[in-house]
Amino acid sequence: MLSSYLGYYSLILGFILSVWLLFDSFISLSKKNKNLKKNTILVLFLQLFTVVLSFLSLVYSFINSDFSNETVYNNSHTTKPLFYKISGTWGNHEGSLLLWLLVLTLFIFLFIFKSKNQPTKYKLLTLFFQQIIIIGFFLFLLLTSNPFNFLFPIPNEGLGLNPILQDPALAIHPPILYLGYVGSSIIFSASLAALVQKNINADWAQHIKKWIFTAWIFLTLGIMLGSIWAYYELGWGGFWFWDPVENVSLMPWLCLTALLHTIVVLEKRLILQSWTLILSIATFTLSMSGTFLVRSGILNSVHTFANDPSRGVFILIFLFVLIVLSLIIFFFYHPKESSEKKIFWFSKETTILINNWFMMYFLSVVLIGTTYPIFLEVITNEKISVGPPFYHKLLIPFLIPFLIFMAIGPKLKWIKQAFKKIKIQQFILFILSFLISYLIVEKTSVEHLFTTILIGAAFYLFFITIGEFFKKNINFSQNISHFGFSLFVLSVLFNSLFSSEFSANMKIGEELKFDNNLIKFNNIETFDEKNYKSIIANFDIISVKDTTTFNPEIRIYNQPNILTSEADIKSSFFSDKFLVINLLKGDKLFNVRYQNKSFMIWIWISVLLLVFGGLASFVKRYNR
Amino acid sequence: MKKKIIYLIIFLLLIFVFSVFFKGLYKPNLYSPSQTSNKSLIEFSGKELFTNIEINSSQLISNNKFTIVNIWASWCVPCRSEHKILMDLSKNLNLNLIGINYKDNSESAKKFIHELGNPFSKILVDNSGITSIELGAYGIPETLLVNDNAKIIKKYIGPLTDKNVKEIEKITNQ
Repeated sequence: MLSSYLGYYSLILGFILSVWLLFDSFISLSKKNKNLKKNTILVLFLQLFTVVLSFLSLVYSFINSDFSNETVYNNSHTTKPLFYKISGTWGNHEGSLLLWLLVLTLFIFLFIFKSKNQPTKYKLLTLFFQQIIIIGFFLFLLLTSNPFNFLFPIPNEGLGLNPILQDPALAIHPPILYLGYVGSSIIFSASLAALVQKNINADWAQHIKKWIFTAWIFLTLGIMLGSIWAYYELGWGGFWFWDPVENVSLMPWLCLTALLHTIVVLEKRLILQSWTLILSIATFTLSMSGTFLVRSGILNSVHTFANDPSRGVFILIFLFVLIVLSLIIFFFYHPKESSEKKIFWFSKETTILINNWFMMYFLSVVLIGTTYPIFLEVITNEKISVGPPFYHKLLIPFLIPFLIFMAIGPKLKWIKQAFKKIKIQQFILFILSFLISYLIVEKTSVEHLFTTILIGAAFYLFFITIGEFFKKNINFSQNISHFGFSLFVLSVLFNSLFSSEFSANMKIGEELKFDNNLIKFNNIETFDEKNYKSIIANFDIISVKDTTTFNPEIRIYNQPNILTSEADIKSSFFSDKFLVINLLKGDKLFNVRYQNKSFMIWIWISVLLLVFGGLASFVKRYNR
Repeated sequence: MKKKIIYLIIFLLLIFVFSVFFKGLYKPNLYSPSQTSNKSLIEFSGKELFTNIEINSSQLISNNKFTIVNIWASWCVPCRSEHKILMDLSKNLNLNLIGINYKDNSESAKKFIHELGNPFSKILVDNSGITSIELGAYGIPETLLVNDNAKIIKKYIGPLTDKNVKEIEKITNQ
């Protein structure tokens, strides 16, 4: 009760402080102060403090199961373990928006704190733009999605958190993802500030790069955690489903990755200024659009919390205000590209530009796939859903040149690369990659030519990046990320090539044969847990080599009343064995699905390598 | 001149996107991952609430031109508000209503029907909730419109609205 009051009033106080900061930074712009006023920094700190306080109050209400709070009532239950009571805070619309706000205020505070050497005007402008975003979210929270609404009479018990959200990976997925997703707001604000200040130069590039890397690292990690959750918890045996919500996190990632490469060109060559700015603005705009698509209920998926059109209208209007604002600023202030600096076609910057074209192509495919159904439905009233085949057909062929450019690009010099004779070992490597690929693909029953070329291209990048590790003076962080990416593509491809599946309906005690294996359904046991009833089955899979025991589980949660299947997964170095059961009729007949997924852990490892590369680059820059 | 045209195009594009999204927000938009229009209703059976006699769905459905299968419970608040609409629908002569009483206490279910009237020709008890899950229910209330060949024509998640009723009347009166 008390904590709800505390949370609510500190939100209002935070809002007032934001308005003050907005005006203060605007007024200070016209004055010629050397440094930021002490007051400004103090108020900025207070603003962060109020949001943190408000967030902690909500966490406190969740921990204590304070059902006088509507958000807690709707999303928690007394029997839930403490860990999920806390993670329930951001497992809902209101709480996750409060987390949004927390990240927004945290980033601007850190930004001002960390950029002491930047021009004061630039800092003030960044503060000004960021405050516009913050005020928008304060209003959104207070007007349409207050997390501190009271309920009277106070219910005895809450409605509970959706059991599929009760998973450790998912508990930390939103905060990590938001650090990247919402963290891109600071890139947006800083870019607009730099645009108005007209100081888009190498220094600025060096300074903003740290923030780009920060956002990118967290976004990549966040997406990976979501994907791990889908794999372990949803029990479908896949890790990416091209669900609108997954796409919505992928789009800013693609944009941010393009930006990550372009900013280097800007830093080294002082070209592509406008393009860099467009990417910076687009990244956050895509994050905002994603929030709109997910939170308005215009699309539907597991992540949709809100189905109230008034919320949608608010974000929609706010989103377009931001877009129009940034467009106007861009039109008035956009820098003139220095025309003397031409880009030579055979140079590092050309390959980075090519990387950008590919990224933009991938981005448009995902964007169209995600929004096309909405447009079609509104205009023609026809409902369609765009599935994986669409994305696979349009994306996979373009991976081939993408991978090859990725192998060649980093080896080229800036400005102009002289043509040397193609080194013989490179050529051998190229042939070798395709040869290995052919030998692998030959054993499978898929379309040979296309798959051979695709895997060959991935192997080529794989070998080239491995070779680079043994050379002196290499860009270690970049190389490890590219190596991680080649490993990622390879593991995903092998995963889809070599995985096998078996599915049947079985009774207890039954035995079935499939592909030289024998599956035995031994028995089931039921247990009563704190907030669910659990049915644990016992299976043996007997192959020529060995016997593996599986204990898949079905959980019948009491609050809310939902059945979930917990797969039993045996991970090993080269493959995951995956067994999941579903209840069919009574307690007798079960649907059993057994999958052998190849190279599953390598997908996660490769993404971690990708992140590690980003981290290495960040640390290197930070220490400079 | 050229620049102005570009600005104009961007501006118009923005307005277009805005209006599409705006309109899209107000579209009824309920998640139906499977296309239900060509699917058949699975056969299900259960005890009738009042008579306690075991009945099978196939005989009920084939005898009528159209059948509505409504999944409800006395503890479900939206079901209570939806009940008026079901009462109105039960006056439609082309339509037979079957209720599925989802995870309910039979006494309170009977009380609910006595209080608000009985729109259903039969009410099947689904204590375990398995029948409802097999019917593909996401939550209650949920309503399926089925023809005499057991084809699912429409599926409504959440309480029926007046708009849904008009749609049902239109289909059944053809």
